[in-house]
Amino acid sequence: MDKDNIKINIKINGKDYSVDKNSTILEACKIASIDVPTLCYMKDINAIGSCRICLVEVKGAKTLVAACVQPIAENMEIFTNTLAVQKARKTNLELILSDHKKDCLSCIRNQNCELQKMCKDFAVEDENYFKGERIDFPVEHSTIFLVRDNNKCIKCKRCVAACNKLQDISVIGANDRGFDTHIGCAFELNLADVPCISCGQCIVACPTGALYEKDDTHKIWDSIEDPKKHVVICTAPSIRATLGECFGMEPGSFVQGKMVAALKRMGFDGVYDMDMTADLTIMEEATELIERIKNNGRLPMITSCSPGWVKYCEHYFPEFIENLSTCKSPQQMFGAIYKSYYAQKKNINPKDICVVSVIPCTAKKFEITREGQSVNGINDVDIAITTRELGRMITRAGIDFHALPDEEFDAPIELGSGAGLIFGTMGGVMEAALRTAAEMILGESIKEIDFKEVRGVERIKTAKYKLGDIEIKVAVASGAAHAKKVLTAVKKGELDVDFIEIMGCPGGCINGGGQPVQPMNVRNFTHLKTARSRALYSEDAKSEIRKSHENPIIKEIYQNYLDKPGSKKAHELLHTHYKKRSMYAK
Amino acid sequence: MKKKMTTVNFNGTQEQEAMLAQVIDEYKNVKGALMPVLQKAQRIYGYLPIEVQKMIADGMDVSLEEIYGVVTFYSQFILNPKGEVAIAVCMGTACYVKGSGDILNKISANIGVKSGETSSDGKYSLEATRCIGACGLAPVMTINDDVYGRIKLEEVDEILARYKK
Repeated sequence: MDKDNIKINIKINGKDYSVDKNSTILEACKIASIDVPTLCYMKDINAIGSCRICLVEVKGAKTLVAACVQPIAENMEIFTNTLAVQKARKTNLELILSDHKKDCLSCIRNQNCELQKMCKDFAVEDENYFKGERIDFPVEHSTIFLVRDNNKCIKCKRCVAACNKLQDISVIGANDRGFDTHIGCAFELNLADVPCISCGQCIVACPTGALYEKDDTHKIWDSIEDPKKHVVICTAPSIRATLGECFGMEPGSFVQGKMVAALKRMGFDGVYDMDMTADLTIMEEATELIERIKNNGRLPMITSCSPGWVKYCEHYFPEFIENLSTCKSPQQMFGAIYKSYYAQKKNINPKDICVVSVIPCTAKKFEITREGQSVNGINDVDIAITTRELGRMITRAGIDFHALPDEEFDAPIELGSGAGLIFGTMGGVMEAALRTAAEMILGESIKEIDFKEVRGVERIKTAKYKLGDIEIKVAVASGAAHAKKVLTAVKKGELDVDFIEIMGCPGGCINGGGQPVQPMNVRNFTHLKTARSRALYSEDAKSEIRKSHENPIIKEIYQNYLDKPGSKKAHELLHTHYKKRSMYAK
Repeated sequence: MKKKMTTVNFNGTQEQEAMLAQVIDEYKNVKGALMPVLQKAQRIYGYLPIEVQKMIADGMDVSLEEIYGVVTFYSQFILNPKGEVAIAVCMGTACYVKGSGDILNKISANIGVKSGETSSDGKYSLEATRCIGACGLAPVMTINDDVYGRIKLEEVDEILARYKK
């Protein structure tokens, strides 16, 4: 019998269970269909037993024990719902509330707050039961994408674990000690002055309203009201796989039709599909890759559509800046092509156009302000909002999302290929690029277009493909921690590849820092990334057009405007540059 | 207690830097060696300003925030250099009940430096210490190597004047 798979017998609330001996009480209870509440626990990366909410009673133990860190033992008798347990949890919640800024009604996480829900579950009656000292923390606004309000922080350190363990960046941590303990940056520097990559993984890890995206929705409402402005919106590939969660749908619900329908009821002058410009990115990127391979250019070429990853590279691995593809991201390409080709076609002054993008990502808010992301002094994209912000806008507009019919994007940008769609998940950009690069190299249509070796949302993957007389060795990684591993291996000569896809967030855009916040018990015990990713792959499989270069809109743009991929015009509009960034501003 | 940022300019020498580099070299591949490195760095520089913490971060491949988190957690690590006139007022129980809190406040007002800080010219530093074990002399303070016991509030200005040159 497998040594690691030994089962032992325990009792939970008087019932017998046989559970893997390496389980914690929390994991064992999950198997027994009991949800032990947690606030600080994050599977694999934050088992610190500090919030004291997961307390349970164990027969013979002197005190209540923290289920998230306590391993089970043979014949252990666990009680999860005794009065002592309930009272302890309630008291601990009251203690957490004693220095919590309780402006729940105006809090961004109202009704989506783990602390609030738990207070309700454990019948906390008096939120001011313990009235004590409170430190008044200034709210941190320094970056363009995030707000930190430490007055709502419960010191669960989930954001720290996300930054440190998930991303291996560690620009935030616990400073000072005891009652003064607070989450911040080294030397209390502003977040804008430290090498934060703006991925937003800390936001989706936060149980309360202590961390949230800077809301830009008011700018959109203002623009829509402005009669002089032509306001268009485009949605990134992954949004349709996650937006439903804002309305209580199961993770992995594919809601493209309803999403489009909702947007069409909000007053935009055009509702477009960013998948099309993902296809455009592939045209340029595949061309760039082949050119680099044929002309002994800098290899490995690394994808550049994730602005969190790009910023990571600029801070931490500037020696790889030359390896970054010069292609703008699909978001930026959308703005660039809309404000040039389509503005001309529609006879609209680009200055009067307001391009709004919906993206799964907080770093995209930063990307729209980067230099090299504009044409003739006009920014490609004007406003970038996250999936969460779009969810709030739809709710505010009084639209019953569930009741909406499925509708189609507006012409002329109504269509993306399956390749553009899978941009939203880890491995997708690679696969999309390979589908097009293969045909560019071979000069003929290929039948086998599923590059399954690069699929999956967890580990680093490598593969080798022979396309005609060119062999392309590829690697796919997501999350800054894995980016670091891959780049270090390339640097040491341990990994020899020609093309790397790197996404800033683990799993890619479907798990971006701008996606709907799922409570940690969902993230801990379900395969959230896989569910969201599967939604994109199954739609890709159903698509009639699955290769970027076969998208008729793409063909038309090149025919009528850009000439060919990599042309001078394409470079003016669709390519950018990068710069080395310092580690600490001081 | 919350640690105070320094306003004193960093004056590290090349010798100090070489010494720190040697310490880092020694501990670079030792797991969990951050604490001894910080202790030795503090012995070399007298305190742990951002410049020193950055050198350790680079050398040990640990993020600056992690180091800062450790430094601000332990009371023995300090972010401010000791002043030429280093004043420490005992806040142990005996001294405190004998009024050392008022003495601390009076000193602070006199030299314009808050507890835990160093004046930006590096002249004065003021510190509230834990019990220094001279409870019989309560309230006690030390200035550099001099010990002052059974101090009265009205004596404070006169004592400080001896160091104002």
